[in-house]
Amino acid sequence: MTETLLSVRDLKVSYQVGKGSIDAVDGASFDVPRGSIVGLVGESGCGKTTVARALTRVIADNASITGGQILFDGQDIAALPEREMNALRWRDIAFIPQSAMNSLDPVYTVEYQLNEVLRRRGGLGRRQARARCEELFEMVGIEAGRLGDYPHQFSGGMRQRVAIALALALNPKLVIADEPVTALDVIVQRQILDQLRELQSMLGISVILVTHDISVVAYVCDRTVVMYAGRIAEAGPMDAVLMEPSHPYTMGLRNAFPDLKGAASGVLTPIEGAPPNLAFPPPGCRFAPRCPFAVETCTTQQPALGMVAPDHRVSCHRADEAAKLRQEAARTETWLADA
Amino acid sequence: MLDTTLPRPGFVARFFRSLRLPLNDPFAVAGLAIYAIFILTAIFADAIAPYDPTEILYTPNYDLAADLRPGEDGFILGTTSLGRDIFSQIVYGTRSALLIGLTAAFMVALIGSIVGLVSGYFGGWVDALLMRLADVAFGIPFLPFVIVLAAFLEPSIWNVVIAMALVLWRDTGRVIRSQVLTLRSRSYVDAARVSGSSDFKIILRHIAPNILPLSFLYGSIAIGWAILTEASISFLGFGDPQSISWGYMLQDAFASQALAKQAYYWFVPPGVCIILVVSAGFFITRGYENLLFPKLGR
Amino acid sequence: MRLAVSKPPKPLVSVKDAQLHYRVGSAFSAMRGHSSVVKAVDGVTFEIQKGESVGLLGESGCGKTSMGRLLLKLEEATGGEIEFAGDALSGLKGPALKRYRAKAQLIFQNPFEAVNPRFTIRATLAEPLENAGIPAAEREGRIIEALELVRLPQPQQYLDRYPHQLSGGQLQRVVMARALILQPDFVVADEPVSMLDVSVRAGVLNVFRDVRDRLNLTAIYISHDLALVRYVCERTIVMYLGRIMEDGPTEDIVHEPLHPYTKALVAAVPVPHPDQSHDPLPIGRGAPDPRNPPSGCVFRDRCPLAFDRCAKEAPALRPAGSRKVACHLF
Repeated sequence: MTETLLSVRDLKVSYQVGKGSIDAVDGASFDVPRGSIVGLVGESGCGKTTVARALTRVIADNASITGGQILFDGQDIAALPEREMNALRWRDIAFIPQSAMNSLDPVYTVEYQLNEVLRRRGGLGRRQARARCEELFEMVGIEAGRLGDYPHQFSGGMRQRVAIALALALNPKLVIADEPVTALDVIVQRQILDQLRELQSMLGISVILVTHDISVVAYVCDRTVVMYAGRIAEAGPMDAVLMEPSHPYTMGLRNAFPDLKGAASGVLTPIEGAPPNLAFPPPGCRFAPRCPFAVETCTTQQPALGMVAPDHRVSCHRADEAAKLRQEAARTETWLADA
Repeated sequence: MLDTTLPRPGFVARFFRSLRLPLNDPFAVAGLAIYAIFILTAIFADAIAPYDPTEILYTPNYDLAADLRPGEDGFILGTTSLGRDIFSQIVYGTRSALLIGLTAAFMVALIGSIVGLVSGYFGGWVDALLMRLADVAFGIPFLPFVIVLAAFLEPSIWNVVIAMALVLWRDTGRVIRSQVLTLRSRSYVDAARVSGSSDFKIILRHIAPNILPLSFLYGSIAIGWAILTEASISFLGFGDPQSISWGYMLQDAFASQALAKQAYYWFVPPGVCIILVVSAGFFITRGYENLLFPKLGR
Repeated sequence: MRLAVSKPPKPLVSVKDAQLHYRVGSAFSAMRGHSSVVKAVDGVTFEIQKGESVGLLGESGCGKTSMGRLLLKLEEATGGEIEFAGDALSGLKGPALKRYRAKAQLIFQNPFEAVNPRFTIRATLAEPLENAGIPAAEREGRIIEALELVRLPQPQQYLDRYPHQLSGGQLQRVVMARALILQPDFVVADEPVSMLDVSVRAGVLNVFRDVRDRLNLTAIYISHDLALVRYVCERTIVMYLGRIMEDGPTEDIVHEPLHPYTKALVAAVPVPHPDQSHDPLPIGRGAPDPRNPPSGCVFRDRCPLAFDRCAKEAPALRPAGSRKVACHLF
């Protein structure tokens, strides 16, 4: 588990908007160990999807990677020529989008689309491709008899399974899944997550799971990276980050989530305010305006991503007081007083 | 009905804003400019035209001023075989063309919008009835219908307007209905219903403002149609001989064998005017298309 | 937490065998016998006492939203009877319907869709007041009052803004304010936080709970998320393919679900803890198909415990301890 497959170093992605530019991702660093599922969590607009897309280098026309490195198997793919990057996509790095309907062409059968990938990109012959299609469908739990169906003939959950099969077609080393279960009902969501976990351990691949739901992270991930306003707030082993959060934002997220197994009388506590406008980010820590523990340094100085425990990094000026802050953060009044 | 306590921009300003004139499209601006010129010409026709368009004119030598070439004896565009001033006919022709075009467009847009709103919003048997009527209207061949109508009624430029109002609402109505169907399923329409707003109020406040640009689009198409139709009817000889229109001029030129006489000054100007007004209408339409359906990406 | 009254008074809302059947396919295919009927709501019966909060729980397509629309008379039931304070909804017309509209309100799923983008917040909130005939002079005060009720700080600053100038959480509070401005008795909330960011969800849910208690509202909370339903409702009705599977106190359903479907639903909810069960769900794969439900019990094709009788006979909703269950095993 210690060997690193992907290492993102100080990644910056900017969007050109009119004459100005917005740094949607501003210096993100994290690692993906081989054979692990890493959850990339955050609210809408925090840059998690931009990071995920930057890793495949399929980003919007007005966006560009303006700094940092993406070391995949030791090779910096941020600097790779487009032609070589294209060869890497799907074969080594595959993508599962949020809505499978968007990645499947409605006018072709599923088998045709799988074949396209297997024969064009994978160089398989007709026989081999057919066998691989059946194998893939068996892997994701759909009968091979449905290979000839069109995307609209599948239910939402089935379509997501097809999208997983499509992503796994060429045995990638890394799969990036962007909110793969957000649009699904709880039961289907659970079945897809079980499938993903099973395939991941069976094939020994690494998965980056982009989500806004820390319950999903708690269910399947080995590691967690929490993003806020384009930066990494906290990153580390999943249970350490969720059970002993060291960044006030992670503590706040924990309070805001309903827990079905918890006490009935528990009160949910919102984080007051809204994420900053990235065109005019606040100086210092970006969470400071909403943070109940902010001190003067927080509003002037940008915190660095520092180690609080082996393999557990946090970007907070008061990270060394984390234990004390956790106790205070558990009280609802802490979050209301500063509103 | 409207909340009077709240400050609102003036009605006229709001109306124009909701029309969303496509002022950033160069073609649409050109179209609007052409319309502006013709509208001004029509309004000030009496001041611009040197003669009455139906008056038979004579030269200073008391000869009939027939078939004079442009510039001869001070006639800007020359005269017809019957001694009428072509330039004055063009100027007055603008008046009838625009009168027909605008009234027909107004009727088509109004009837079509009402049909579309009622049909789309209420659905059920009202919708079924109106849409079957539209199907019937789609089955009517337009030009023969106008000719039959003109044969039954007194010859008049208004026949075209009546015929268009009776038949051409079908396209507008259909398109607006489908737009209303999607608007109707928006949550804010449900919200208005739950708030106790009447159907009439919901249509007026929440739905109609959103279809206004579409009605205007179909209105501007109808202007061109009306002018072309009137020209065709007049050219075929079913027009009103008492009122001068561009189509009547073409028919007059044709009957007097202007082509054989090589009197281009007679039939080219009305032809150009028709083309200008009709294409101006389509330029504006184009601008609206970019506005309403930005994904066409032209 | 309110306790169940031993001898229930007259219910505020009473639904008896409600049905909402759609015919799908054109009139032409109907002539050829090709059209099918989708039973969005099929024989649903329940009562709600005044002041009670009930969660309507189920997956997409289970009929929970259709049930909500029936209760608000946004849709006309094709069978059965729905009564509000003793009056049948099917008979409401004209002024009586207008009075009902003032008493029963809806909070929408997507706040950005629920308000007309051309209207300012002031105009949005004025609409129900106009319809109720509140004099113009009083409206401004009522609007401010409603916005304060949903805890939007310094409400004046929002009045002249347009919806796109507000955040999702702020706009959802405006939508709530619009629903509450006429002081209704009954509110249906249709997944009101599913489109909101996690950090603001809790705020909106807290306002909902708070307002409900303060105004003694009767509420229906429609959701697919049992954790959220548990946070706001003391009673839960579980629906599947247009029918009620289980109906009872939320805590009982969470801790000891009876119906096989409810069991799967409860087990499927992920929790924000690392230590949780990863056992496979006790439910078959596949998705419910509303056009073609199985015979007998609609859940039997995915039920791990189904037996012969389930295919032959649809189970009735019968009392079982603290709740009602529609399953042949109880």
